[in-house]
Amino acid sequence: MDDYRPDPDALLAAIQKDESREQRGKLKIFFGMAAGVGKTYAMLEAARRLKSEAVDVVVGYVETHKRAETEALLAGLDIIPRQKVEYRGTVMEEMDTDAILQRQPHTVLVDELAHTNVPGVRHLKRYQDVQELLEAGINVYTTINVQHFESRADAVRQITGITIHETVPDSILDLADEIELVDLSPENLRKRLSEGKVYTSERIETAANNFFRVGNLTALREMALRLTAERVDHQLQDYMRVKQIAGPWKSGERLLVAVGPSPFSERLIRWTRRMAYNLEAPWLAAYIETPDEITPEQKKRLADNLVLARTLGGEVVLSSGSNVSEGLVRLARQRNVTQLVVGKPIQHPIRNFLRGGSLVDRLIRASGDIDVYVVTGDQPEDEPRRRISQPTQHSVWTQYVLAVAIVAVATGINLILLPIIGYQAVGLIELLAVLLIAVYIGRGPALVSAIISALSWDFLFIEPRFTFVISRPEDAILFVLYFAIAIFAGNLTAQLRTQERQARNNADRAMALYTLAHEIAVAMNMDDVLQTATAQIGQVFDAQVAVLLPQQAGQIVPTMHSCSTLTLDEKEFSVGLWVYDNGKPAGRFTDTLPLTTVQFIPLNTSTRTVGVIGICTRQRERLSFDQEALLETFINQVALVVERELLDEAAEQSAMLKESERLYTTLLNSISHELRTPIAAITGAASSLLDTPTSSNEAARLELTQNIQSAAGRLNRLVENLLDMSRLESGRLQLKRDWCDVSEIIGVAVKNLAQELAEHPLTIDASSGLPLIQVDFVLLEQVLVNLLDNACHYTPAGTPITIMARQQGQTLEIIIRDAGAGIPPHELEHIFDKFYRVPGTATGGTGLGLSISRGLIEVHGGTLSAQNATGGGAEFIIRLPLTAAPSPVKEAVT
Amino acid sequence: MSDGLQILIVDDEIQIRRFLRISLEAHGYRVYETVDGQEGILKTAQLRPDLIILDMGLPGMDGLEVLKRLREWTQTPVIILSVRDSDRDKVAALDAGADDYLTKPFSMDELLARLRTAQRHAQPQPQAATFTSGHLYVDLTRRLVMVKDAPVKLTPTEYALLRLLIQHAGKVLTHQQILRAVWGPEYVQETHYLRVYFAQLRHKIEVNPALPEIILTEPGVGYRLKTTG
Repeated sequence: MDDYRPDPDALLAAIQKDESREQRGKLKIFFGMAAGVGKTYAMLEAARRLKSEAVDVVVGYVETHKRAETEALLAGLDIIPRQKVEYRGTVMEEMDTDAILQRQPHTVLVDELAHTNVPGVRHLKRYQDVQELLEAGINVYTTINVQHFESRADAVRQITGITIHETVPDSILDLADEIELVDLSPENLRKRLSEGKVYTSERIETAANNFFRVGNLTALREMALRLTAERVDHQLQDYMRVKQIAGPWKSGERLLVAVGPSPFSERLIRWTRRMAYNLEAPWLAAYIETPDEITPEQKKRLADNLVLARTLGGEVVLSSGSNVSEGLVRLARQRNVTQLVVGKPIQHPIRNFLRGGSLVDRLIRASGDIDVYVVTGDQPEDEPRRRISQPTQHSVWTQYVLAVAIVAVATGINLILLPIIGYQAVGLIELLAVLLIAVYIGRGPALVSAIISALSWDFLFIEPRFTFVISRPEDAILFVLYFAIAIFAGNLTAQLRTQERQARNNADRAMALYTLAHEIAVAMNMDDVLQTATAQIGQVFDAQVAVLLPQQAGQIVPTMHSCSTLTLDEKEFSVGLWVYDNGKPAGRFTDTLPLTTVQFIPLNTSTRTVGVIGICTRQRERLSFDQEALLETFINQVALVVERELLDEAAEQSAMLKESERLYTTLLNSISHELRTPIAAITGAASSLLDTPTSSNEAARLELTQNIQSAAGRLNRLVENLLDMSRLESGRLQLKRDWCDVSEIIGVAVKNLAQELAEHPLTIDASSGLPLIQVDFVLLEQVLVNLLDNACHYTPAGTPITIMARQQGQTLEIIIRDAGAGIPPHELEHIFDKFYRVPGTATGGTGLGLSISRGLIEVHGGTLSAQNATGGGAEFIIRLPLTAAPSPVKEAVT
Repeated sequence: MSDGLQILIVDDEIQIRRFLRISLEAHGYRVYETVDGQEGILKTAQLRPDLIILDMGLPGMDGLEVLKRLREWTQTPVIILSVRDSDRDKVAALDAGADDYLTKPFSMDELLARLRTAQRHAQPQPQAATFTSGHLYVDLTRRLVMVKDAPVKLTPTEYALLRLLIQHAGKVLTHQQILRAVWGPEYVQETHYLRVYFAQLRHKIEVNPALPEIILTEPGVGYRLKTTG
């Protein structure tokens, strides 16, 4: 990206900012350098002005600090009662955001924006409540002091020595539509303080001597003025950007700050942010992963640092390299960085010597034309920068005790062995102990045991014994060599172990990925893929997972997939939709809509976004950086497979289209044949009847007329079948369910087919106690007619047909059995296909009857299957669910 | 023979009208035809026919609407012609006062039987004291039911059902009509009462209850008592 030209994304962002502002409430910030300058007062005055213009303004939360003049202003304004929150036995008061949302005022006053809410309130911080109010279209007036801004908190601490805990992200400033600086000279403020207008009397003195010193106030005032000025400057630039006035990035600079797990990195990040802000330059925060391992708490701190960088508007980049300096320089060159910011490390002369200079030395040597800033830490690091994570969960303290104990045991053994093996061999046993400690315990204990064992060897075994004196020069050389070997070997061994452990971690990660890839590769369909992916992600990251996908071809809006283990509320769902539309992550731990509890990641493929995955870890904590990288890989995998499935589906659809074309052709062929045959019969018979010689023959006339009748019957059956088929397939078949007696339906069906059944002995075996069933009488009758008609049609005359009806648990079974040749086993399923006719069977059917029958039974929630009966012949079995029983029957009052 | 009874056919299909006219005239009816409902109502007022055959699927004003208008002022028997998949229309028409129905395609025999039944019920005549159909003999004055010359004991509800069917012998009665007449208007939805009682009744009066010959089921519509001849 060329930073010298107006960036289309930035333009869009500026325009969108305007658009979203129009629906949102307006935010006005009353901004001051310190408590007591009169922010609340100014806010209340503004509110009264609004009130006088008949604007609906209410007080959401105002802290008067018992200042009389402020309290006077509060009179006459509507106050939303605060909510009472009980926390650890005390009842605290907080702003009642829900009450305000319900009240829907035009403008609400919310004092002390940086306030941290009592646990139990919906949001952690009050500014989040304010964001919610703004989202709801309510205008907000609020107050804040300069020290509460994230980027200034550190500077304020340096000036005043007071650590600020209640901070708000600087992005809140961007939300503000208007900022009013409430300024007061330090002298006047101190005067107000001494008059008791700021604090109550007992606190005045402490305050005056600490925070409210003139020096402090002057610095804070400058900071507040500068922040306001910067803000004005930015507004101008936004304006320039929208109006296409050239040159948004004046400087063309790009900063990169090296971030590590040290608490000091936080300062570094703030420093860089300030610098970048003033330079109008974009900035990156990079962490270079090296083979050196870091402890879980360092990991957490690192993650915090990276979050801070992101909150402050930096781009976070993770990279890896064999050492930090090499990784940093490579990254800096890749990203066209002009200025590199690193912390000033504590000096380790020996290590630096071994590695060819300190980080800064090496960086400066390798950086070429990139400027390197070395920022000083204000306190020495109070803990070792790296610590080998331990194979067993011993505390550091026990590790050392253990190491010393091992050395002691080795020394004890040596005391026994000394007369046999001599003092030189004893030294080797001690060395062995040191190596064991290095392998199983760690580097630190190994170094300590190396020193202790060397000294104890000298003291206990080297002549003259029980002194630290070494008399013979060869012993002195031996001692020095021992010491050197113990330290080097211990160090090397420990490092090997670390690498091995890292390799194992990598292997674990690879294994998790492999499992996922394998399982989703063998999954049969989209649902299986997502099911597996959800389960895997849920397991590996200990999280609940939601999946949003367009579930049908052509569906534009994605919906929740049934495999989701996480249910989304409307708001979260809308965040998911945003992610789907924009193809960018959003939600928790991101820059977009971070107030939701769910983190949404798009399933992006090369061409588009195919879905969205929402994640909510059980600890509700941010994933560590390497977990996040793993998650990203996971999600890429899933996206690929989802895309593959979508392509498969598309292919399947086109195959289905072909199949339906085939069916269409079959239909046309079959229909035209089936229609023409009876029409030909009718036309032929009718023309014969018009022919006088034929019609005068009584027998011929009768036969021809019967022929017309049967052809018309066949035509009618075909038309009914086609109509049923189309009703079934269009899904427009309306069931007229009614309580029915199956025996009665059988009776009607048999009566309808009396003519066909005349040639077959019929047995009806329906026990009289059958329960009533809720079905469509006419449709079930039609199924029975179809099945009985088939039984008559495809079996020789004279063979018996049996109809059985019985209750099997919660199912009602109707079986129609014939005594014909049966159905070839491989045809058993095909016979239900549309237009399928068993080759070589009697003509006359349409190939639709069974297909329709099955369809009709299925709309009733039942099944229709075919099998060959044990005694020969075909058997069709209808199974219908017996859902409920009708209400008891009453006698009529007659 | 039909002694020159007048029949009005309301159907828009010329082929149907032609075949009805030929067959009905052959059986001695005097046939009038009309193609739409409005005209059908008008002709009914002018001609005062003895019977009306009304097609349900008419263009413009549909059959059900025509029937309702007719029933506002005349009780002339009406036979409905409909197609299979419109059970709801059929039942609606029967409940609105049609005397019977036929599903297309139908045979001439069926139509003639329906016409005879409708016409018989239309004539005010004293209710016969006895009823005979096949092996069933009922003496309504004595509440006596005999099957194959042996007395059969019916519960009051079964008897009420049988008596209702005898009063409308040969004519279809819808589920609702039966429920309303026997149990009362608040029971018109309880069709399962009918399934239970008709099953019981058939077991008592039919020779083969599985294949009933006297009480016939009209699928999706109701029941009909078969008359001999």
